[in-house]
Amino acid sequence: MTGSVLAIELAYWQETILRVLGLLAAVLLPAGAIVNLYLFKMMAFMQSRLGPWEAGPAGSLQLVAEVGKWLQKEDLFPAGSDRRVFAWAPIVVVASTFIMYAVVPFGPDAWFADLPTGIYFALAVSSVSVIGILMAGWASANKYSLMGGLRATGQLIAYELPLVLAVLGVVIQAGTLNMQGIIEAQRNGEIFGFGGIGNPYILTQFVGFAIFMIAMQAELTQPPFDMPVAESELVAGYLTEYSGFRFLLFFIGEYATAGAFSAIAAVLFLGGWAVPGIAFDSNVMNVLGPVVMLVKMMLIVFLVMWFRFTYPRFREDQLQIFAWKILIPISLVNIAVTAVLKVAF
Amino acid sequence: MVAQNIFFGIIAAAMVLSAIRVVTTKNVVHAALYLVLVLAGVAAQFILVGAEFTGVTQVLVYIGAVIVLFLFGIMLTRARIGQEMDVDNERRWIAGLTAVLLFAVMTFALVDAFEDTDIEVNAALAPQTTQAVSDSIFRDYLIPFEAVSFLLLAALIGAIVVARRE
Repeated sequence: MTGSVLAIELAYWQETILRVLGLLAAVLLPAGAIVNLYLFKMMAFMQSRLGPWEAGPAGSLQLVAEVGKWLQKEDLFPAGSDRRVFAWAPIVVVASTFIMYAVVPFGPDAWFADLPTGIYFALAVSSVSVIGILMAGWASANKYSLMGGLRATGQLIAYELPLVLAVLGVVIQAGTLNMQGIIEAQRNGEIFGFGGIGNPYILTQFVGFAIFMIAMQAELTQPPFDMPVAESELVAGYLTEYSGFRFLLFFIGEYATAGAFSAIAAVLFLGGWAVPGIAFDSNVMNVLGPVVMLVKMMLIVFLVMWFRFTYPRFREDQLQIFAWKILIPISLVNIAVTAVLKVAF
Repeated sequence: MVAQNIFFGIIAAAMVLSAIRVVTTKNVVHAALYLVLVLAGVAAQFILVGAEFTGVTQVLVYIGAVIVLFLFGIMLTRARIGQEMDVDNERRWIAGLTAVLLFAVMTFALVDAFEDTDIEVNAALAPQTTQAVSDSIFRDYLIPFEAVSFLLLAALIGAIVVARRE
């Protein structure tokens, strides 16, 4: 069984090693870039302060210093906690992020797993992280942690529905669940007979895109949806008792999941790695594709962070009402309209 | 086919061990977490035989929703850390007997129905299983499907009415 990347024939095991290394890079590089670029620099700019400035040129090595700090801290277990569950919780959260990335394509051959049910798989796996959060909240033997875990669960269940329903519009329009298929459908699409830029679904599925972005913000528990870790009420929610490497895992999980969701949004709504004018299976795209994807991902994370730094926190009841009474009905109408238009044209 | 048989064995053994721990563990939350392992094993078996759509649905519905609701319910009411003494009761022998009988009936039914037929397992041969599933639900079994969803809706409304009691 051989595959080829950049016209070089590779044995199956070589291809597998390449894909595993690629997955590690795809998870960790965007997460690091998001923290460095947005959490350190953009947040400081928007809040009119300097931000990290001492570590490396213009504070660019701050992240290295932070990771080093977490790695050398003691691995604490609170008294009375359930040690095994407490230890496994961050691993469950990070594992669900890694598996989610597995179906994101970065080029015609630069994919990790090309599943026929790609987008469905990603959404299913993303819901597994809820179990990790509940485990963390319960095993900490701490009321704040348990409250944070329960809040997170209520929020993630509520916003998973609009997230999935928003994706359905795109699936109906593309006619496939496969990620590559969705990209190809957008690349070969035409806007009123004009095919110069393809048909990125942000144009035809704008309602879906808006709902997806809001639900994604809530799934990532970024402000204004950060009730589960509201520091003025719950200390740090389910993260309260974590320290050292296990806290680092949660931290990586948070920003890597932001990267994963924005990669999925880039595939669904912005046309993924494909560039109009370059053939769909051209070998150039195996190198250019990841760059295109990274730019689109960073654009979407920019939007998430922009909302994060701009709006104050929701109240718990407002948050639930917003999901169940506003977002879900709108996304159902969106599906119905898309289906009718799909049949009509 | 040999590789699939080996993995079937490994996953099945892990599932049986976790299933035994679900009923023998002294902590309700641990029982729910072991149930996650059992259900993940079911999803893995589905994917192993090429039923990818069913496997992913298993993850989304059972692990992502049902177990999360279990855990949510347990943690809202009683979820002590450590061993609990009152999670067992005297009816366990009857429960064990029922489980053995059910196992016997299902084993007999499966062996009787398939005997030594080999099932064609090849993911490359069935790339569009999702399409096949949707075709059979929405064409051949449309009326049973609608009947079941109507029944579920009725049960849902019933549950809300019973729970409200105003």
